[in-house]
Amino acid sequence: MEFTKPVLAYAEIWPLIAVLGVACLGVLAEALLARPHRHRAQVLLAGTGLVAALVGTVVVGTRLDEVADGAARGVIGGAGSVVVDGPTVFLWALVLVFSLMGLALFAERKVEAGVSVFAGQAAALPGSDAERQAQGLDHTEVYPLMMFAIGGMMLFPASGDLLTMFVALEVLSLPLYLLSGLARRRRLLSQEAALKYFLLGAFSSGFFLYGMALVYGYAGTLDLGGIDLAIRNGSGNTGMLTIGLGLLLVGLLFKVGAVPFHSWTPDVYQGAPTAVTGFMAACTKIAAFGALLRLLYVGFGADRWTWQPVLGVIAVLTMLVGALLAVVQTDVKRMLGYSAVAHTGFLLTGVLGAQAAGDLAVGQVTSLQAVLFYLATYSFATLGAFAVVTLVRDASGEATGLDRWAGLGKRSPLVAGAFAFFLLSMAGIPLTAGFAGKWAVFTVAMSAGAWPVVLVAITSSVIAIFFYVRTIQVMFFSDVAEGTEPAAVSVPSMLTSGTIAVAVLGTLVLGVVPGPLLELAADAGQFIR
Amino acid sequence: MSDFPWLSVLVALPLVGAFVVPSLRGTTAKQVGLGFSLATLVLSVLVAAQYELDGGMQLTETYEWIPAFGVHFALGVDGLGLLMVLLTTLLVPIVLLAAWREDEVDNPAHVDGNPQGKAHVFVAWALALEALSLAVFLATDVFLFYIVFEATLIPAYFLVGGFGRVGRSAAAVKFLMFQLAGGLVLLVGVIGLYVVSAQAGSPSYLLSDLMALDIDTTAGRWLFATFFIAFAVKAPLFPVHTWLADTTGRATPGTSVLLVCVLDKIGTFGMLRFCLGIFPEASQWATPLVVTLALISIVYGAFVAIGQDDVLRLIGLTSLSHFGFIVLGIFVFSSQGGTGSILYMVNHGLGTAALFLVAGYVIARRGTASIRELGGQEKVTPVIAALLLIGGLATLGLPGLSPFISEFLVIIAAFDYAWYVGAVAVTGIVLAAIYVLWMYQRTMTGPTPERATADEDLSLREGIAVAPLVVALVFLGFYPAPLLDAADPYVGDLMSHVGVTDDPPEVTAPAADHAGDEHAEEGEH
Repeated sequence: MEFTKPVLAYAEIWPLIAVLGVACLGVLAEALLARPHRHRAQVLLAGTGLVAALVGTVVVGTRLDEVADGAARGVIGGAGSVVVDGPTVFLWALVLVFSLMGLALFAERKVEAGVSVFAGQAAALPGSDAERQAQGLDHTEVYPLMMFAIGGMMLFPASGDLLTMFVALEVLSLPLYLLSGLARRRRLLSQEAALKYFLLGAFSSGFFLYGMALVYGYAGTLDLGGIDLAIRNGSGNTGMLTIGLGLLLVGLLFKVGAVPFHSWTPDVYQGAPTAVTGFMAACTKIAAFGALLRLLYVGFGADRWTWQPVLGVIAVLTMLVGALLAVVQTDVKRMLGYSAVAHTGFLLTGVLGAQAAGDLAVGQVTSLQAVLFYLATYSFATLGAFAVVTLVRDASGEATGLDRWAGLGKRSPLVAGAFAFFLLSMAGIPLTAGFAGKWAVFTVAMSAGAWPVVLVAITSSVIAIFFYVRTIQVMFFSDVAEGTEPAAVSVPSMLTSGTIAVAVLGTLVLGVVPGPLLELAADAGQFIR
Repeated sequence: MSDFPWLSVLVALPLVGAFVVPSLRGTTAKQVGLGFSLATLVLSVLVAAQYELDGGMQLTETYEWIPAFGVHFALGVDGLGLLMVLLTTLLVPIVLLAAWREDEVDNPAHVDGNPQGKAHVFVAWALALEALSLAVFLATDVFLFYIVFEATLIPAYFLVGGFGRVGRSAAAVKFLMFQLAGGLVLLVGVIGLYVVSAQAGSPSYLLSDLMALDIDTTAGRWLFATFFIAFAVKAPLFPVHTWLADTTGRATPGTSVLLVCVLDKIGTFGMLRFCLGIFPEASQWATPLVVTLALISIVYGAFVAIGQDDVLRLIGLTSLSHFGFIVLGIFVFSSQGGTGSILYMVNHGLGTAALFLVAGYVIARRGTASIRELGGQEKVTPVIAALLLIGGLATLGLPGLSPFISEFLVIIAAFDYAWYVGAVAVTGIVLAAIYVLWMYQRTMTGPTPERATADEDLSLREGIAVAPLVVALVFLGFYPAPLLDAADPYVGDLMSHVGVTDDPPEVTAPAADHAGDEHAEEGEH
């Protein structure tokens, strides 16, 4: 094995450092600034940090050195623990773009009449005097928390060893547990969601840690490249390896919300403040799939025959359960939660399409390329959809019951139209981004011979279409039932309307001309080891 | 002018209209929409004028679209495509004109209070549907075809769901679920084609590349099955037809014309162009099953039509029978059958459109579509009654009206294929006479109810709308040469393409060879 000098590669990992640094500055600002200035300062700080990191990511991306005869580009920094390669840069860019859109939703104050959508004082008991006194307050800590989460999301898919991956997992999860519990309205539901998320998340982290220990026992190293080498050499107790891999997968599949580790998804999606749900639905999925891909392709690529069948079964279950349970939902946020589960299944279908480079024709879509592209298409639609949910309100806050949305298309055709467009994209109707994404992941799975999974994926798509179409039908062709107060659309500030506009534009552009982004994903090349 | 992108402009023109019209209201919206559809008609006639009758793809345009998927934005027109394009561009202005008053308050057809003042929405969706349908008939890239094939459902869904009678919302969902399910089955086939094409070298979706591909027999048959199922849902063919009557029974007659006379043609169009074009071997392999399904559709559709009480459901179900004839003509693999089917597609479009629209006139006057409650109409509105009779006689294949010729060709081809197939198909004609004439007798003859005595006869606008259809039915009935000129070279090419991999059925060999030889000679020049 070639000796590698411990390089930190600050020049490549600085976007990550910038995000974490801004998070620390945010904590300082919280301590030093007077309350009235905090909101503006925090939003400005977080926004600047994200934009700087995004610019940095693009710069880093254009300067990566080629390795392995041009098949991949990148550098292993952070003394072996942070890998900045093509896919990492691509995922960083995605996380940052959608974080910026999420930040806009966090900062929206107009729909709640001048205060943020987060609880005035999270520690106040729901229904108590303390809560009423905190009505006009804001929790501006949400911005540093968000930045920490984003830092973890960036580190997660860039981890070069299992320990870093675990730390990143915790760094991204803990702020999210907190954020989930901070809703201003329906606080009990929100706190319940946070607790569920935390408990189940803690368990899954435990699984991950246990798996890590077993894999260490097999390979004698936590380094992903080292694990790969150990598997290729084929020594040691493969039972330990298989169980270890299984436990690692439990931890990661929990984060992406795959069946049977999905049960938190609808509850948390429903209970968390909708801005957090949108941010989390898009960015966590990107980060967790990035980590999953790196773990499976780099660390366990040689052990493909072990995990592919398991993942196939999980993909099938995830798609079917997600789609079927979404059909019976009467709450828009829960429906979107189950739809997120179904989309995890579609993404896993793409992961199954892993093939040796030699088996592919020149210019054929690769599995990594397909999954990266799908993540982008799905995130635009899901973030946009949740942004619309924040706007449909009545006197007591967001009205998420589907019956309340009846006739929305007649009262607010633009907002309902945007929502319908996102749903059509999730359903995979041509000329929307979702179609190109679906096509890509199904194609790579089919090329790799996983046609039974593709058939199930198609079946689930048919089922999924039913509930997407039903929602559109309720919005455009139904009248409000007697005794139900119809929800109205609050006029948001530029922040939310801008987010929705960007999401619509992204969904449309990626649907009509998906070529450039697919090329970018192809240029990202392979993971480096 | 040869480099002018005629076909792109043809697709773009109604699409522009679909974006312009929603900003207008009321009569202006209708006038502008009609203007766009008439301009499209003129443009399609100009395209037809440039078309040379010797066959092959003409006026082709190819641009790279999604290189990573091997997808091109590629358009081209051949004999089959040209006829479908002309049918579409003819029917859309007719529908817009016939549906002119659909949104007005005093229209008793809409007992549930059809939303008023939504004319601009109807016109915009109709134009969008026209643009996408034209793209379907012109696409020479399978991926592009798939995209527009699916995209047609969006305007269709909003047309069914937004306009029409009580229960249209549920009908729209049923329609959409069937179509999308069929579309997703097709997606499997489209993805499969990519895999096959990638294995053969570089992935490409161009029809010309795919037709040249040598697809493995087993894979070809599976892929054929996905394409065929999708097109069978679209056409529709027994047993995936159940959305048809529900949809036509709830939608407005104008929407039904767009759906049945234009959109459903995509099904049989796709069978000709893609099933036979890309999977010739598998198409022949599947012939026994397809012919059986087609025969069941013919007879079953006719029987169910006889039993209907709702005029619009009845007309919808007659189409099931007629699509059975079209599919039968395609899958008996002979020149007469192929030409007959293509003519049938055009003639069915004309005849059924006339029937739907005139029935719509009656329903608008009487406020009901129930055959039991109608009756005695011919005394108060003799012209409308006469038009309904002409539409009906066309539908049942009366000699002298154009559907007769196509039905005759298909039945000859069916007898050539096997006498018993022909014998079963012929019963379809007898049954057609029953459902048409019995429907006429119950709705138009008999005593006139009190409340119908004040009904006005055909208005000028209504007359102008159906006049082109009646003229076309009669003209093409006596002089079908224009249709034959366009269809024959195409069918010749197709038969020789299909015949390359396998011998055509013995009885039709002379005709098929003859057409093939002609094509070969032209190729040498």
